[in-house]
Amino acid sequence: MSTLAADKPGRPWAPLMSRLFAVACGACMLFCLALLGALLYKIFGFGWDRLNTAFITGKPSFMPAKSGILVPLVGSLYLIGLTAAIAVPVGVGAAVYLEEYAPLSRWRTIIQTNIANLAGVPSIVYGILGLGLFVRTIGLGRSVVAGALTMSLVVLPIVILSAQEALRAVPGTIRQASYALGATRWQTIWYQLLPASLPGILTGVILSLSRALGEAAPLVAIGVATVVRQVPENLFTDEFTALPLQIFYWTDMPDEAFHEAAAAAIIVLLTVLIGMNALAVFLRYKFGKRIQW
Amino acid sequence: MALTATTPPMELTAPRRRWLESVIHAVLLVCAAASVATTVGIVAVLLSQSIPFFREVSLVEFFTGTEWAPLFSPARYGIIPLVFGTTLVAGGAAVIAIPLGLGTAIYLSEYATPPVRHAVKPLLEILAGIPSVVFGYVAVVFISPLLRKVFPSADYFNALNASIVVGVMILPMIISLSEDVLRSVPRSLREGAFALGATKLDVTMGVVVPAALSGIMASFLLAIARAIGETMAVTLAAGATPQMTLNPLKSVQTMTAYIVEVSQGDAAAGTPEHRSIFAVGLTLFVMTLALNVFAQMILKRMREKYE
Amino acid sequence: MAITARTTAPLMRGSESAPVGRDQMSETLSSQPPVRPPAMRTEAGAKPRTAAEINKLPKKVTATDVNFFYGEHQALHGINLGVPEHHVTALIGPSGCGKSTFLRCLNRMNDMIEGTRVEGTILLDDQDIYRPRTDVVELRKRVGMVFQKSNPFPKTIYENVAYGPRVAGVRKREVLNEIVEKCLIQSALFDEVKDRLDTSALQLSGGQQQRLCIARALATGPDVLLMDEPASALDPKSTARVEDLIFELKHTYTIVIVTHNMQQAARVSDQTAFFYEGHLVEAGPTNELFTKPKEKQTEEYITGRFG
Ligand SMILES: Nc1ncnc2c1ncn2[C@@H]1O[C@H](COP(=O)(O)OP(=O)(O)O)[C@@H](O)[C@H]1O
Ligand SMILES: [Mg+2]
Repeated sequence: MSTLAADKPGRPWAPLMSRLFAVACGACMLFCLALLGALLYKIFGFGWDRLNTAFITGKPSFMPAKSGILVPLVGSLYLIGLTAAIAVPVGVGAAVYLEEYAPLSRWRTIIQTNIANLAGVPSIVYGILGLGLFVRTIGLGRSVVAGALTMSLVVLPIVILSAQEALRAVPGTIRQASYALGATRWQTIWYQLLPASLPGILTGVILSLSRALGEAAPLVAIGVATVVRQVPENLFTDEFTALPLQIFYWTDMPDEAFHEAAAAAIIVLLTVLIGMNALAVFLRYKFGKRIQW
Repeated sequence: MALTATTPPMELTAPRRRWLESVIHAVLLVCAAASVATTVGIVAVLLSQSIPFFREVSLVEFFTGTEWAPLFSPARYGIIPLVFGTTLVAGGAAVIAIPLGLGTAIYLSEYATPPVRHAVKPLLEILAGIPSVVFGYVAVVFISPLLRKVFPSADYFNALNASIVVGVMILPMIISLSEDVLRSVPRSLREGAFALGATKLDVTMGVVVPAALSGIMASFLLAIARAIGETMAVTLAAGATPQMTLNPLKSVQTMTAYIVEVSQGDAAAGTPEHRSIFAVGLTLFVMTLALNVFAQMILKRMREKYE
Repeated sequence: MAITARTTAPLMRGSESAPVGRDQMSETLSSQPPVRPPAMRTEAGAKPRTAAEINKLPKKVTATDVNFFYGEHQALHGINLGVPEHHVTALIGPSGCGKSTFLRCLNRMNDMIEGTRVEGTILLDDQDIYRPRTDVVELRKRVGMVFQKSNPFPKTIYENVAYGPRVAGVRKREVLNEIVEKCLIQSALFDEVKDRLDTSALQLSGGQQQRLCIARALATGPDVLLMDEPASALDPKSTARVEDLIFELKHTYTIVIVTHNMQQAARVSDQTAFFYEGHLVEAGPTNELFTKPKEKQTEEYITGRFG
């Protein structure tokens, strides 16, 4: 093809330009990957030595060398566990309603547009909502429950949109077959649609939970503390903190030794996140192949 | 007939009451309504504190004032410096991310073989999944010292620092959205151009990119909206000096960073200082919403064109 | 309960009478007296010869003045048709003439399409299925349906067949086992799959899948079986098996089958109805309609001048 263009008089450089352009685009891609590589390399190099069991099971301390991440780590696990418990049923329920119950009406268009826009609202704004609603009005304070409710609102659009996509991927013939056999709407959803769309829904759930795990801004806005001495016992009342907040706090300290601790905490956070991501990719790969319509 | 006699005629018009179905329907409706309630809640909470705030600080002062100094007496609440800082950081991020992102998207959609695409996309997903606070760390600990070696006059916290990491953060978004729209350009368009003896460059830049242009623009808008709302990285990297400067090596404060600063401080609820975060939040909300709505409109029109 | 009552129905083995349906075709078309093997000489098996005989038969389904609308578009105009019990009624006509639409009216599957409307009455036995407060779930258990393209659930063979009884509330494993076995035998699939009931239905061949779908439809214990071009996606051998199956099933069920294929209609049906552009042009005993059509349009269609 390029030889054809080369034959044209007046454009002797065309094939070369074309080649150069391809190389430039490829270089862009390689540069992006290099950025990712450099970022991971630097962080792992900086924090690796600091990472040990004492670090993971240690309590916070004003001495950077003695500090550990037990409290924020457990706080983060409580937080995403509770977030999952709230956001997954509500999000999947909303997706099921929109896909299977809502007629093609104005009402549905409104909800759908609304969800698309919510997905673009900055997470700090959700934090302000959480502050006004859960912390103040409902009076949950700076508890895990208040944090999880706020975080649920942050990830709800992601859960809904991915579950909708998964439900839409189930062929209409499955619905028709089920209804034609005298199944009710809910039976069709429960026995056919949800099982068939489960891999897609799970992928979305994992991605939204990894978002919840890494988010710090909404937690800052609702006033979650950065230094907490004890693992929370009562999820409704006790103060808690989360891993990204701890990283934020340590990064903000001028002392270099805190930066090492922050790097070690980032390694823990990224390991969990990349593990979750890999699980999502695996699920999509495995189940995506199994069901071939 | 013997057979039908054994089958008592079932009454079609007196259905068992399927109460469970109705309950489930109602529950699911509530779930869907939760998303609308969230929007209503955001607006209500933002307004509930912004309205009293604007009773004390006039709208004119807020939107035209060029000084943001809540701790002065009298306090100054002119949001322009914060908007300026936000725009500087987000604009810098766009300048960095748009060419890189578009180049990568073009490579992935037009040049890359399927194995390359399948290998690269998960890596970009990992990049997309790295939390904001980690980028803040990278900016403070690695990039800032580097910048100060190159530009000795630079502040320790500066806008460029933030622009670089925010640019990297929005890269995956630009790449995946742009790649989607590039790939949605029909094959026939490409083949038509090749048939006329065009080079791959002619086809890509002369046919494919123009055809996908509105969608690519939408992806830029969405990414910029994301950059504007970006919080933790910017708070850590850009500093906390609300000022109107075009010098990217200076410390600035963004709207989001201001909200974090007040949230971490000890301003009592009900004071103008504390209420100001709701007013700033409202401004931020409206700005990002406008960008998002605009981008969605463009995307919708584009989808209608090719479907 | 319908399902258990149905266990008293005669079970027909595939091997007993398989070839009949196929041999029928040439005989019918040349209007020689049909010769049947003894197994077929039952009240239900004998083909009615004249319109008068058809009219005397008890009607399972009676459609009166049925109009159907997709939004503004009227797809059916004043359809009047009686479906005799334990006989096969074929609906033929060019594509887009409303055959599937009419069929879906009979189990109210059209309800699921947004913006549709039905006028007129359709009686199942003596009950109007469109009467307000009709329970469509109950209706669909009594009026089963087999689709054009086989659509097994992505579950095991066993679960596919057991699904109907399960959603109807059958829990006992022995009862389910019995139903599954019986229905697979009835649909002449049992011998092929009896050793792998727990494997995925999606691994079956196209023809097997379609017979599984028939078995699945039988498991709810319907009175009427609607089939929308059940063999159109199958190879000739599988088509023959499905046709044989229809021939046997009519002893137990009332069957309405849509077909594109006039030979098929001639082979399997007792009554044929010819649709054209949403109108029922002519209905009568199959052999009469194919040999002595009353309407010019019918004649043109069956002689292949259009469609
Ligand atoms: N879901 C639908 N929405 C709107 N129009 C439809 C729909 N299904 C069928 N139609 C229209 O109704 C008419 C009859 O269609 P159909 O019953 O499918 O015909 P047949 O099965 O005889 O080929 C056609 O004109 C078709 O375009
Ligand atoms: Mg049809």
